[in-house]
Amino acid sequence: MDVKVKILRYNPEVVDEAEWKTYSVTLQPTDRVLDALHKIKWDQDGTLTFRRSCAHGVCGSDAMRINGRNRLACKTLIKDLNPEKEITVEPIKGLPVLKDLVVDMEPFFDAYRSVMPFLVTSGHEPTRERIQSQADRDRFDDTTKCILCAACTTSCPVFWSDGQYFGPQAIVGAHRFIFDSRDEGTEQRLEILNDKEGVWRCRTTFNCTDACPRGIEVTKAIQEVKRALIFRRV
Amino acid sequence: MQRHQYDVVIVGAGGAGMRAALESSKRTRTAVLTKLYPTRSHTGAAQGGMCAALANVEEDNWEWHTFDTVKGGDFLVDQDAAEVMCREAVDAVLDLEKMGLPFNRTAEGKIDQRFFGGHTRNHGEAVVRRSCFAADRTGHMILQTLYQQCIKQNVEFFNEFYVLDLLMVDGRSTGVVAYELATGELHIFSAKSVVFASGGFGKVFRTTSNAHTLTGDGMGIVWRKGLPLEDMEFFQFHPTGLAGLGVLLSEAARGEGGILRNKDNERFMERYAPTVKDLAPRDMVARAMANEVREGRGCGPDGAYVMLDLTHLEPAHIDAKLPDITEFARTYLGVEPYTEQIPVFPTAHYAMGGIPTNVKGEALASNDDVIPGLYAAGEVACVSVHGANRLGTNSLLDINVFGRRAGIAAAEYAETAVFEEFPDAPEKFVVDLVEGLRNATGDERVAAIRADLQATMDLNAQVYRTEGSLKQALVDIETLKERFSRVAVQDKGKRFNTDLLEAVELGFLIDLAEVLVVSALARKESRGGHFREDYDKRDDVNFMRHTMAYRELDADGNVNIRLDYKPVVQTRYKPMERKY
Repeated sequence: MDVKVKILRYNPEVVDEAEWKTYSVTLQPTDRVLDALHKIKWDQDGTLTFRRSCAHGVCGSDAMRINGRNRLACKTLIKDLNPEKEITVEPIKGLPVLKDLVVDMEPFFDAYRSVMPFLVTSGHEPTRERIQSQADRDRFDDTTKCILCAACTTSCPVFWSDGQYFGPQAIVGAHRFIFDSRDEGTEQRLEILNDKEGVWRCRTTFNCTDACPRGIEVTKAIQEVKRALIFRRV
Repeated sequence: MQRHQYDVVIVGAGGAGMRAALESSKRTRTAVLTKLYPTRSHTGAAQGGMCAALANVEEDNWEWHTFDTVKGGDFLVDQDAAEVMCREAVDAVLDLEKMGLPFNRTAEGKIDQRFFGGHTRNHGEAVVRRSCFAADRTGHMILQTLYQQCIKQNVEFFNEFYVLDLLMVDGRSTGVVAYELATGELHIFSAKSVVFASGGFGKVFRTTSNAHTLTGDGMGIVWRKGLPLEDMEFFQFHPTGLAGLGVLLSEAARGEGGILRNKDNERFMERYAPTVKDLAPRDMVARAMANEVREGRGCGPDGAYVMLDLTHLEPAHIDAKLPDITEFARTYLGVEPYTEQIPVFPTAHYAMGGIPTNVKGEALASNDDVIPGLYAAGEVACVSVHGANRLGTNSLLDINVFGRRAGIAAAEYAETAVFEEFPDAPEKFVVDLVEGLRNATGDERVAAIRADLQATMDLNAQVYRTEGSLKQALVDIETLKERFSRVAVQDKGKRFNTDLLEAVELGFLIDLAEVLVVSALARKESRGGHFREDYDKRDDVNFMRHTMAYRELDADGNVNIRLDYKPVVQTRYKPMERKY
């Protein structure tokens, strides 16, 4: 089938303003949006620029705004997009665009790094593994699935309007350790998230949950962190 | 152009690179260069687990694991190295747990373990639960956990820095030259030690589980320096790729009870491996599947694949143990694994060969001589712990054990070594390479050449090979080299020029495809992942030896590939017939 793909192009080496360009591509219904982008880059216009790597939704490189919604290009099939109409592709919002669909990921990773996203323990290490019950392991299973693609954070209206808010992903990253029974850094981490730019900025819009390509219940995780802050207990 | 100086430079930020960085950065000033972001590395796509004889759920010991590794590798494994890996496996898993890795747990709260192909108790008696896992996303958890530890330890990363050359003075490694993707600027890194941990080259094949970015850059760089590559003919084809796509479905699917079936609904692995059936090593299962298809027992309209059957498993069990791979089947093939069988076919998965190293991770310039200051670990390296066929889970083990060892060795060497003075214009090779491609005006496109390369490799150098097919591949590669000399890119800019990047990557792929095929032509036997229909038996008299390939220039300046051989280290296991 012939599909029209409209892409927001921007290369500051060449132009001052981003502009839409439409490409016509022959695709199978089961092709992914990433296949469409590759066909354009490989057969029509080599200057089209985007990040990608694994191509099956585990590396988190190719989050972009497809038909107005944040998704991974490699996990979005053409047939699921109403391909009779033009498909629009633009960079994720709220991070500086460097070229075409490539954005500056540093502010995003900075937010992640700021919540102490690592296991904190004290005292002597056991000789064998730390014991953890299956029930305790299950408490944070959902948030271990995060691939740091930024689809959630860049779908959040608070993040768009306010450059300071950590964004949903950083809270997911913190949740993964706050609710891990082995971790002893909860107090410090909750203090960081209690900051004026922390969890309280969340307006429970649920955009993040809708956007997550891994199916993480992001808003629920944020609510659990809020509750932990109110009751000071996890 | 910018200049930097670090004691240790690590190239690649997957599992091996970050595990090395955690050791090295504790001891000395370390930089990690990656052409991606660390969390994008393909370690994250590994699924099924990491084997170690923890004996958490049943009796096990590391000696059995060593035996399985040696036998699984069809006796081409260096047994001293396999022993190191399997002995250190237990601590490697426990280290990850202490770093926070969320393993699945047993009822007692210990790390849970499950079955995996080729892993047996007491030297092949029966399958054993040895694989430590986190659902079917163990690699994702390892990559995340190692990155988290790197954050904790303030490891210094240079993200989206593409290393394109290794600098050497008098046979010693002295640094690297990197191309910064965001700006197109070159950076010269002076380093006492360089560790390559840049992964494999699965993109020489069309049907592959590998990421687009796995183009063998590290092997290619070393190759162009005239340094050897070992056992390049041994490439693993993973049995269960999603048919037509190559997306990996973990062996854990069979470890959890999944069964392979042909069009008659027969559990055909019972004929090929009566004892362990669907849990035979990957080379045997992949060949059995390809054989079913060739003999007309394949499924689908063209009979081009077989089926992976999970329908007898409880949906709750599937959700708990195999959530990601069943989602892949739903997303990409529209198949519901609770009730429908999944179409699968072998997919190019893993390079057993690579940069030869010893057990410390030191890279070798010949059979025995170490290259001072150069290290390699993970898929880019060949220790050799995988021999002719890697067992499932042993790659996640390899990156942790030998990533750690290479990091320690590189840092310790740096403590005694000095920075070398570079000759004039150390960046010249990279400038010529990059600017040559940027300014080229030929009529060939990267994508067309790459597609033709992948097509000939799939057709002629895959699960089944013959002298005729390999010679055809070589003829095709020769043509592709000529076409590549006329390649041009459309993007002439400096900023995020991924058009240019793909051209550079293709250059590495063509080089490595040629090494693979030349090595495979010379190995007139069948062993592990290398199967020759015209020599369908293992030949220990003539070929119980590693291939060492060297790039040489003749008097006229033409590139020749010279093959040499290296003995296999055998300690306690004598080669025997490989039955399962």
